[in-house]
Amino acid sequence: MRQVAIYGKGGIGKSTTTQNLNAGLAEALGMQNMIIGCDPKADSTRLILGGLAQKTVLDTLRDEGEDIELDAVLKPGYKGIRCVESGGPEPGVGCAGRGIITSIGLLEKLGAYTSDLDYVFYDVLGDVVCGGFAMPIREGKAQEIYIVCSGEMMALYAANNIAKGVSKYAKTGGVRLGGLICNSRKVEGEAELVSAIAKELGTTMIHFVPRSPDVTKAEINKKTVIDYSPDVQQAEEYRELARKIDSNRNMTIPRPMSQDRLEELLVEFGLAG
Amino acid sequence: MTGTETILGKYDPKVYKNRKDHMVAIDHDGSEKQISANTRAIPGIMTHRGCCYAGCKGVVLGPLKDTLVITHGPIGCGFYSWGTRRNKARGPEGSWTQYCFSTDMQEADIVFGGDKKLKAAIAEAMATFEKKPKSIMICSTCPIGLIGDDIHAVASQIENEYGIPCMAFSCEGYKGVSQSGGHHIANNQLMRRVIGADVSSPAPSRISVNLLGEYNIGGDGWETERILRKCGIEVVSVFTGDGSYENIAKSHTATLNLVQCHRSINYIAEMMKARYGIDWLKVNFIGLGPTADSLRKIARYFGDPSLAERVEQVVAEETAAIADDISHFRSILEGKTAAIYSGGSRSHHYQKLLEELGVKTVMAGYEFAHRDDYEGRKVIPTIKDDADSKNIGSIEVEADKDRYLDFLGDERRAELNAGGVVPEDYAGMMPDMDGGLIVDDLNEAEAETIIRTLRPDMFFSGIKDKYIIEKHGVYSRQIHSYDYSGPYAGYAGAYNFGRDLAMGMTIPAWRLITPKWRTGSVLEGSVSDGGKG
Repeated sequence: MRQVAIYGKGGIGKSTTTQNLNAGLAEALGMQNMIIGCDPKADSTRLILGGLAQKTVLDTLRDEGEDIELDAVLKPGYKGIRCVESGGPEPGVGCAGRGIITSIGLLEKLGAYTSDLDYVFYDVLGDVVCGGFAMPIREGKAQEIYIVCSGEMMALYAANNIAKGVSKYAKTGGVRLGGLICNSRKVEGEAELVSAIAKELGTTMIHFVPRSPDVTKAEINKKTVIDYSPDVQQAEEYRELARKIDSNRNMTIPRPMSQDRLEELLVEFGLAG
Repeated sequence: MTGTETILGKYDPKVYKNRKDHMVAIDHDGSEKQISANTRAIPGIMTHRGCCYAGCKGVVLGPLKDTLVITHGPIGCGFYSWGTRRNKARGPEGSWTQYCFSTDMQEADIVFGGDKKLKAAIAEAMATFEKKPKSIMICSTCPIGLIGDDIHAVASQIENEYGIPCMAFSCEGYKGVSQSGGHHIANNQLMRRVIGADVSSPAPSRISVNLLGEYNIGGDGWETERILRKCGIEVVSVFTGDGSYENIAKSHTATLNLVQCHRSINYIAEMMKARYGIDWLKVNFIGLGPTADSLRKIARYFGDPSLAERVEQVVAEETAAIADDISHFRSILEGKTAAIYSGGSRSHHYQKLLEELGVKTVMAGYEFAHRDDYEGRKVIPTIKDDADSKNIGSIEVEADKDRYLDFLGDERRAELNAGGVVPEDYAGMMPDMDGGLIVDDLNEAEAETIIRTLRPDMFFSGIKDKYIIEKHGVYSRQIHSYDYSGPYAGYAGAYNFGRDLAMGMTIPAWRLITPKWRTGSVLEGSVSDGGKG
C-alpha cells in the first residue's frame, strides 16, 4: 500500500487533481484506492461520489459518539474508489488540526486501511499550518508527498513552505517528496519555471497538466474528466499523471530554498519583473 | 547548619548555576541578600508548583460563596481544584462553593469548539438551581486557550440573557511560570468588574476595613473577623475566603485595606489605592505577637483612642485565655526545629507563631513568591519584566474623582511613618529570619536533602510531599490545607496549632517507624548446597 499526501496552495486544484489522478489509477491501471479528504470544507471526494454529500467522520463522531460503523463514513464511488471526508469545525471555532488527528485515528481503529488497497491519498488543505495538518505525513502515514502548484508566484511560495515542513518530518520519519504536479494556469514559461524550482528543491516536475475547459465541464456534472468524457485529451493527461506517479521511484528529502533564492529564480524566469 | 552546597551538590553545572541563585543562607552579616524568584522551573526537576488556572480559580475565585464559578475545560481541572483548599464558607443563603461546575470538554468539543457547550452548561446550572448566583465566573483551562474559544463573548451573552454579572478569566494553565500569574489575572478582572460595582450601598462606619488575601482555610478568616469585630472594627468584605461578589462590590466603601497574603492580592491593594485612595497595611494574624501587633497597627492608623483601648483589652483578654495552654505546648515543643515550604506568604507568617511555641525555623521557602515577598517591596523597581510576566499583563487604573479619599492626609501620614506604621509597604520574609536557609521553588530532591541534612523535627508543606516527609520519619503538617484541622489564625488558631504540633511530637508512631529488617535479619530458612544435591 502506498500512502500519498497531496499538498499545495489553497485554490490551486488539489482536490480536482487528486480525484482525476485517482480515476486514472483506477481506470487505466486497475488500482484499489482510498481518498481521505483532510479539509473541513469536506469537498475532496464529490467528483468520485457524483456529488453525493457524505457525512464526515467528525460529524458522525459528534452525532453518534465513538461507537460507529466504518460504512457510516466510508462510501465507494467511481470504480470502487473508497471515499472518506474527515470534516471539521465551521470556520473560526474549535480546532481543525485536532480534527484531522482524531479522524485518522478513528479510521485506523475502524479498520479502514485494508490490505487490498494499492493507494491511500490524503487531500490536505492549504499549508501545513499546525501539527494537525502534518498528521498525514507523520510516522506510519503517507510516505510520499506531491505538491500541486502552478507557475504563479504565490503557488511557488506555498510549495517552498510545504517543502520546509516535509524536510522537517523527513528527518524524523520516513516521508519523502515525490515531485511537483504543475496544474497549469497558462503562465508564460510555466513548465520551465516549475521544473527549475523542482530541481532546486531536489525533485522533479512529475507532470505538466495543461489547462482545459473539459475539467470545468466534468466538474459541473460532478464527475472526473475520465468518468465524464474519457476520450478527450485531458483524460489522457490524467492517465499519464497516474502512470508517472505509479512508476515514480524518485523519492527525495527536499532542500527548501531561502526566500532570496526563490525570488531570484522568479526574476530569472521573468515572473517578478 | 547546612549550607546551600550540600543541596546543590549533585546538580550539573547548568542546573547548579540556576538553582544556586534560588537559595540564600541568612547570616545577617550586613550584606544585602538577593534571591532569584518567579522564574521558570527547570525541566526535569520535580517542582511543587501549580498552574495559572490553579491560582485564578483554585485560590482567588473559588472561595466566593455567592458566585457560580465554572471551569471551562476537561473534567480533571475542575475536580482537582474543588474543595482541596478547604476554604470554608457559610451564610444564610448557603454557599456555591460545595458544588463543582465544569464543561467536561471531550475530544469532539475540542475539534468543534466549546462555546456552545459552555453556554449550555451555564444554562443547565441556572435551570437546576432555584436560588440564583450573584455572579457567574468562567475560568479557562489550557485547551480552551489553544482552540481559542471566545469565552469573553459568551460571558457577555450570558450576562445579557440572565441579567447577572458574568465575567470570563483567560487563566489558561500554561500562562506564566506558576500559580502567580493566575492570581494577577483574577485580581485584574475583580478590579475591572466587581470592586466598586455596588454604587448604592450605604457608607460603613469610619473604622472599617477589607481583609485582603484571607482565604478562610480551616476557618482562619472567621477567627480573624471575630477578633476584628470584637475590637470594634467593621469588616466590609473579605477577599475571598467566605467572601462574596455582593460584599466585594462595595469594598470600595471601606476606609482601610488589610493585606494578609501579600503575594496573591497585592495587585488589588495597589489598584484600590490608586483608584480610591484606600491605604493598605500589611498584617499578620498568625501568632499571638503578630496578631496583637497587627491590631495595634490598625488602631494607630485610625488614630482613635477608644479603638486603641479596646484593642488592648481584647489582646489582654484573648492572650490570657490561652496563656496556660500555650506554655504547656511550649514545654513539649521547646528546642524543636521546623522547615516550612508554602505558596507565597505563609512561610513568613508562621515563623513568629513557631517561635512563640519554642520552635526554630531552619528552612523557609515559597513556591511562587516574587523577590519582594522575600526581600521587601523596596526591590520592586529593580525587578525587570520578562516574557512570562508580560504575558500576564497589568492594568492601569485611574483615580475615581468622585470617590477618591485620602483618609490620612500628609501630616498624619508623616507622623505614622515616623512611628513605624507604614502603609503600602511590606518588608518581606528575610528581615524576620534569624539564621536559617531560604529556598525558592523547592523540589522533591532538595526537600529530601534538607530532611536528611537539617533533620527538622517538623516539615510544613503540602500534599505533594507530605508522604515523602513522613517516610523520612519526620512529622508533616499541610500548611496549605491544615490537613483536617484549623483555624490556625488568631488566638483560637494559635491554640489549635500548638495542640496539633504537641500531638504530632508526642504521638507514639515515631517509635515504631524503624522496621525489623533495619535492626536484624528477618529471613527464615536454611542455606542450601547451591543446587548440587
